[in-house]
Amino acid sequence: MAPTPPEPAAGTAVALLRTMWRIRCFEERAAALKRSLQVHGLIHLSIGGEGVAAGVCGQLRDDDAVYSGHRAHGHAIAKGAPPDRVMAELMGRQDGLCHGLGGSMHLVDVEHGFLGATGVVGGNLPLALGSALAARRQGADRVTVVFFGDGAVQAGHFSESVNLAALWALPVIFVCENNGFAEFTSRAEHTTVASVSDVVAPYGLARDIVEGSDALAVWAAFERFLTRAREGQGPMLLECLTHRRRGHYEGDAERYRDPLEQAEWQQRDPVARLQQRAIQAGWLSVQTAGEIEAAAHEEIEAAVRFARASPYPRPELAQELVYAEAGRR
Amino acid sequence: MSQVETTYVKAVGDALARAMREDERVIVLGEDVAQGGPYLATAGLADEFGRERVLNTPISEGAVCGLAVGAAQSGLRPVVEIMFIDFITLALDQLVNQAAKAHFMSGGQLSVPLVVRTQGGAGQRGGAQHSQSLEAWLTHVPGLKVVMPSCAADAAGLLTSAIRDPNPVVIVENKTLYFRRELVAEPPEPVAIGSACIRRRGDAITLIATSFLVGEALQAAQRLAAEGIEAEVIDPRTLVPLDIETLGASVRRTGRAVVAHEAVRLGGFGAEILAQVHDAAFECLEAPIQRIGAPFMPVAVSPPLEDAYRPGAAEIYAAAHEALEWDAPLEQPATPGATC
Repeated sequence: MAPTPPEPAAGTAVALLRTMWRIRCFEERAAALKRSLQVHGLIHLSIGGEGVAAGVCGQLRDDDAVYSGHRAHGHAIAKGAPPDRVMAELMGRQDGLCHGLGGSMHLVDVEHGFLGATGVVGGNLPLALGSALAARRQGADRVTVVFFGDGAVQAGHFSESVNLAALWALPVIFVCENNGFAEFTSRAEHTTVASVSDVVAPYGLARDIVEGSDALAVWAAFERFLTRAREGQGPMLLECLTHRRRGHYEGDAERYRDPLEQAEWQQRDPVARLQQRAIQAGWLSVQTAGEIEAAAHEEIEAAVRFARASPYPRPELAQELVYAEAGRR
Repeated sequence: MSQVETTYVKAVGDALARAMREDERVIVLGEDVAQGGPYLATAGLADEFGRERVLNTPISEGAVCGLAVGAAQSGLRPVVEIMFIDFITLALDQLVNQAAKAHFMSGGQLSVPLVVRTQGGAGQRGGAQHSQSLEAWLTHVPGLKVVMPSCAADAAGLLTSAIRDPNPVVIVENKTLYFRRELVAEPPEPVAIGSACIRRRGDAITLIATSFLVGEALQAAQRLAAEGIEAEVIDPRTLVPLDIETLGASVRRTGRAVVAHEAVRLGGFGAEILAQVHDAAFECLEAPIQRIGAPFMPVAVSPPLEDAYRPGAAEIYAAAHEALEWDAPLEQPATPGATC
C-alpha cells in the first residue's frame, strides 16, 4: 500500500466528485432501462468503480489513449465521451457513439481518445501496447492506459502483454480493477496468487496497490505513474481494490455471494466516501454537493431523452461499415 | 518494362523493403524477423531500416497480433509475420474479434490497416502441425481480406496493395513456392486485391485453382491440350473479396469447371467458390462442378503418405475428364410416384 498521498487541491476533489456522480447516475439509469428492455444486450455496470475511472481518466488528455473491457461505461464517460451519445449507443441508436453498431461492450470515442471497450476479457491488453508503440514511433508524449479486471490476469494475453510491454519498455499503464470476482467466481478459485501486482513482479514493472474506493488515492498513485509515462517510461501497473456493487451483468441473480451490509458499502462506496471527505475538509458545502448530484441526474435524464429521440440507424449502414474505404485514413 | 529473375520469397522481401522506403509508418514484426526468419523473407530489412522498424517478437502470436492491431489503429502500418499458418490459431482472437470488427463496431471511427503474412501448405515433411491450409477459417470472418498469391509477381503485387489497404489483410503464402526461380517485372506492379487472373485461355473447361495448385492446374491443362482439349485456368488470387465476375464469366462460356485447392475438401473454400460459380453460371452448366481438395485427415510426415495426401495435377486432370465426359441423363417420361 502506498503512503498516504498529499492532499489534492480542493478543485481536483470536486471535479472528481462531479465525474463520479455522472457515472453513478448513468449506471443507475442504465440498470433501470435494462429492466424495461430499453437498453440492449449484456450490461455490465461499474457502480463501485467510479473512483478508479475518474481518478485515472481525469488526468488524461484527449490524445492519450484509453482501452477498456466489458465494464466500460464509466471509463468512457470519465475520458470525455458525452453521456447522451453513450446512452444512445446502449439503445442502439443512430446518434450513439458508434451509430448503434457497437453497444455497451464496444464503446469507442476516438475524438476523446477512448479507443475502445472490448467484450473479450483480456483482448484489450495487447491493443494498448500497439497504441504505445505507435506513440513512441511518432515521437509523441501521449500515454496509453488499459483497464482490465482481475479475471483478465489469468488470460494468456495478460502474460504475453506484460512481457512484451516490459521487454520494449512501452509507455503503457496497466490499471487493474481488482474486485475479487471474475464473473461469478471468486479470485481464490481462479488462482493461487493473492495479489495481481505480484503476478508482474518478475518483470520489474513499477507497481502499486491502492484502495479503489478512495478516488484521491487513485489520483495520487496514478499521477506518479503518469508523470513517468509522459517522459516515455513504462510500463507500470496500478492495482485498484474495488467492490463490484452489482452483479457481473444486469440480471445476474448473484447466488454466489452475499450482499455487503449497508454500513460496509458506505465505507466502500467511492462516491459517498469522497463526498463525505470533501465536506469534512471544507472543500465543498453540503448544498454544493447536493447541487452536483442534482446536476448529474439532470444531465443523465437529458441523455435518456436524447437517446430515445434518436432514430435507429438505417439498415444499410451495417453493410457499409464492414470494410473501410481506401483513402479514408 | 524490364524483367528480372527472382524467387517468390525474395519478391516478398523486396516488396516489404520498397514499402518501408516509401512509407515511414510501415513496420515489420514477428518471430526472428530481424534475422530474416526461417525462409529469409525478411532478410536484410533490419540492416536497412533498423531494429526500431523490424521488431523481433517473443513467441506470443496473440499479443503480437493484438499489438499490431492497436498500432494500426493509431497510425502505423504493421506487417506481422506468423511463421506458419498453423500458429495463427494462437492469434485468431485478435484477428477475428479485434482486427476484423474494429471498423464496424466503432461505427467507422477506427480502421485497422494491418497485414498478416503467413504461409501454409504441405510438401516439406513438416507433419500435421506445420503443413496445414487453414485459409477457409479466415474467409468466414467479415472484415478480413484474404489473399493467396501463387507466384512471385503476385506475392509482391498483393503485398504492396495489402500494405496500402485500410483493412486487415491476411496473406497466405505457400512454402513450396518460395524458392522457384521466376521472372518478374521490375519494378513489380501492384496487384489489386479482389482481382482474379486468367493464367491460361481455353474454352472447353475452367480449372479454378489456388496457391500451389495453380501450377498443378496448368500442368493438367497441358495434358488436356495434348488431347486437343483447351482448358482455361483461373487463379482467384484473392479469396475475400472473391472475383466472381471473372470466374462466372469463364464458366458461363465453358459450361464446365473444376475447383481445386490444397486444403481439406470438407468445409474448404472450394465449396464456397463452387456455390458462387453455380449461382453465377447455373443455366450454362453442362456438368456438375468438380471439387478437388485433400482428404479429411491431418498431414502425415511419412513421405509416401504426404505425397498421397496432397492433391495435384493428376487429380485435377481426372476431375476435368469427369466433367468433360459427364452425360446428362436423358429426360425420362414422368413415372407416377417418382420424385426428383
